[in-house]
Amino acid sequence: MVSQIIDRTTSDQFNMLSVLNQEGKVINPDLMPKLKQEQLRDLMKKMVFTRIWDQRAISLNRQGRLGLWAPVSGQEACMIGSEAALLKEDFILGSYRDIPQIVWHGLPLYQSFLYSRGHQHGGQIPKDVHVLMPQIIIGAQIIQAAGVALGFKLRKKRNVAIAYIGDGGTSQGDFYEGINFAGAYHAPAIFFVQNNQYAISVPIKKQTAADTLAQKASAAGIKGIQVDGMDVLAVYKAVSNAAEQARNGEGPTLIEAITYRYGPHTMAGDDPSRYRNSKEEEEWKAKDPLIRFRKFLTEKGLWSEAEEYQVVEEAKLTIAEGIKKADETAQMTIPNLIDSMFETTPEHLEEQKREFLHTEDQ
Amino acid sequence: MPQMTMIQAINDALAIELENDENVLVFGEDVGHNGGVFRATEGLQKRFGEDRVFDTPLAESGIGGLAIGLGLQDFRPVAEVQFFGFVFEVIDSIAAQASRMRYRSGGRYHSPITFRAPFGGGVKTPELHAESLEGLMMQTPGLKVVIPSNPYDAKGLLISAIRDNDPVIFLEHMKLYRSFRGEVPEGEYTVPIGKANIVREGQDVTIITYGAMVHTSLKAAEEIEKKKGVKAEVIDLRTISPIDIDTILASIQKTNRAIVVQEAQKTSGVAAEVIAQINEKALLHLEAPVLRVAPPDTVYPFAMIEDHWLPSPSKVVEAIQRVLDF
Repeated sequence: MVSQIIDRTTSDQFNMLSVLNQEGKVINPDLMPKLKQEQLRDLMKKMVFTRIWDQRAISLNRQGRLGLWAPVSGQEACMIGSEAALLKEDFILGSYRDIPQIVWHGLPLYQSFLYSRGHQHGGQIPKDVHVLMPQIIIGAQIIQAAGVALGFKLRKKRNVAIAYIGDGGTSQGDFYEGINFAGAYHAPAIFFVQNNQYAISVPIKKQTAADTLAQKASAAGIKGIQVDGMDVLAVYKAVSNAAEQARNGEGPTLIEAITYRYGPHTMAGDDPSRYRNSKEEEEWKAKDPLIRFRKFLTEKGLWSEAEEYQVVEEAKLTIAEGIKKADETAQMTIPNLIDSMFETTPEHLEEQKREFLHTEDQ
Repeated sequence: MPQMTMIQAINDALAIELENDENVLVFGEDVGHNGGVFRATEGLQKRFGEDRVFDTPLAESGIGGLAIGLGLQDFRPVAEVQFFGFVFEVIDSIAAQASRMRYRSGGRYHSPITFRAPFGGGVKTPELHAESLEGLMMQTPGLKVVIPSNPYDAKGLLISAIRDNDPVIFLEHMKLYRSFRGEVPEGEYTVPIGKANIVREGQDVTIITYGAMVHTSLKAAEEIEKKKGVKAEVIDLRTISPIDIDTILASIQKTNRAIVVQEAQKTSGVAAEVIAQINEKALLHLEAPVLRVAPPDTVYPFAMIEDHWLPSPSKVVEAIQRVLDF
C-alpha cells in the first residue's frame, strides 16, 4: 500500500544523456556539442594517448618503476571529455584514479610519475595549474570542492570547481555534505561521479538502493544528470552545460557518468576475476569509448590509422621522456619532509632534524 | 584599560582581523545572524556582511572541507566547531587534510585556517561538549594547538592564530568565557604561539598547566603558600603544540620539582609529553619524580559527577606535597 503512495524511484527523471551509439552514429543530434574539427580530433588524441599511458603505467608498475597506479582504461571518455569542457582557471579536485584529468589540465607528466612513486615534487603543482593533488581518502575532495567553488563565488570569478568521485564515494557522508553545502551556497561546483560499477569489489547494487546516483542531487536541491560515460561527446556536453550554468550563477550540478574500468582497482594486488566475470567485461568493452569515437571521426574523414599510429608513437616517446625526467629528479630527503610541515619550522622540529641527521651520520 | 570577559576578547579579536584583512572569513553553525551559541561572533555579520561572516549547514565535516577549499582560494578561514566534542565529525578535514596540505603539495598550497571551538568541563553540558580532546590534536603533525586561560591571551593568541599560515586549533574553555574579566588593550596586539607564560613566580616547585587548570593551580599555589609557606611557580603553557620547553626547563632548573596539571584524562596527553621532554632534558635537575594531576582514564563523565572527576585545588596541593616530601 505504501508503495502506491510513495513512489520510491525518481530515476525516470534521469534518463541517460548520450550523443553517440556504440557504432559511432549520432543518435541525438540536438545534444551534439559545438566543437571544431580540431577540438574533436584533440579529444581522440588525448584518449588514445591516455590508453597507451595506462598500458605503459601498468607495465612500469610491474617492473617496479612506478608506484601507485589506478588503471584508467575504459574511463577515458569520462576523464578526457570532462576535462576538455573546462577552462584553464577552473579547479580540479580528483582522486587517485583521476591523474589523466590533472595532467591534461596542466600538471607535467613526470610529476605525476613522481607522485606515483611517493615523491613530494609530484604534489608541487605549478602556479598556473589549477588542480589539487589527488585525494586518497574517499570523498574528502567533495567538501573541499564546495569551498573552492564558494571561493570563486566570493571572488566573483566565472570559474567552476569540479570534484571527481567514484560510485562508492557517493556513499560517504562527505558526498552528501559537499553537494548540500554547494547547493546551499549556490556555489559554482560540478560533482562528477564516474560510476564504473564497482567500489574495488563491491557492485553498485550493493552500494545503494537508489536506482541512479544522479538522483541523489534531488535531495540536495541541485541539478542531477546521468550521462553515457563511454561517449566522450555526451560527457563533454554534460560538463560544458553544467559549467555554463555554474558560471551564470545557476548553482552546482551532479553528473553521474556510466562507465567501466577494464583493469583492476589498482596495481596493488586487486584481482577483478574474484568479483566479476569475463562475459560482463566483454559486454562493456563493446561499448569502448575509443572504438565508437574512432568510428565517428573516421566516417567524417577526421581520423585515420596513420594518425592513430602517430599519436601512439608520440605517447610512448612522451612517457619515456617523463620517466627519464622523474628518474633524474633528486631524491626527497627527511629534512625536506620536516621543513614541509610548517611555514616556519618550529624549534622542536629543527632539533629533531638535527638528531635525525646526526644518527644518519653514525 | 578596558575590562573584558574572554568571550568579549574573542569577539574583539575576530572583529579586528575581519577589519584588517578582507580575506578573513568567519563561519560555522549559528555564527551569522545569531552571533554564535556563546555570542563569540555577536554583531560581526551585521558589521562585515554575509559574505564575510556566515552560517553553514549543520555538518562539521562540511565545515572543515569548506575551510580547506576557501584556504586554497587564498582566503583566511576562521571556522567554528560549535563544541570541540563534535571534532570527531571533522577529524578528517583537520588531521588528514588541512594539517597535510603544505607537506602533500611540497609547499605549493597551505591551509591558513583557524579552527575555533569551545570545550572544557565544569559547566554541566550534555555529553560530547566538555571533552578535553587536545591530546588528539597535539599528536597530529602539522597542527598548532592553542588554549588560552584569560581574556588578554585569548585576544592576542587568536589574532596570531588567524594570521598564521598553518592550521591552528584554538580551544576556548567554556568555564572561562564569562567567569571573570581581565584587562584587554584596545586595538591589535599579538601573543606569540608557542610561548608559555609564567603566571606566578616561585622557587620551590613548578606547576605546569594550561586552560582552566591555570586557575585551579593558582588557587592551589596560594593555599599551599598560606599553609606551608611553599612558593610555587605556575607556568601557563598557552600553546600545547608546540610546547615551550625552554620556559619549563628554566623553571625546573630553579625549583628542581614539578607537577603537571591537566583537565584531560591522564594517559598520553600534554602531561605525558611535558614529562617526557623534562626526562630528556632536565632529569638531573630533578629532586623528585614529576607527577601528573589529571582525571582518570574514563570518558568525560555525566554532569552530576563532573566536579568530582575534574582536578581540584586540593588535589593539586596534595601532589605538590608529595613532590616536596619525596
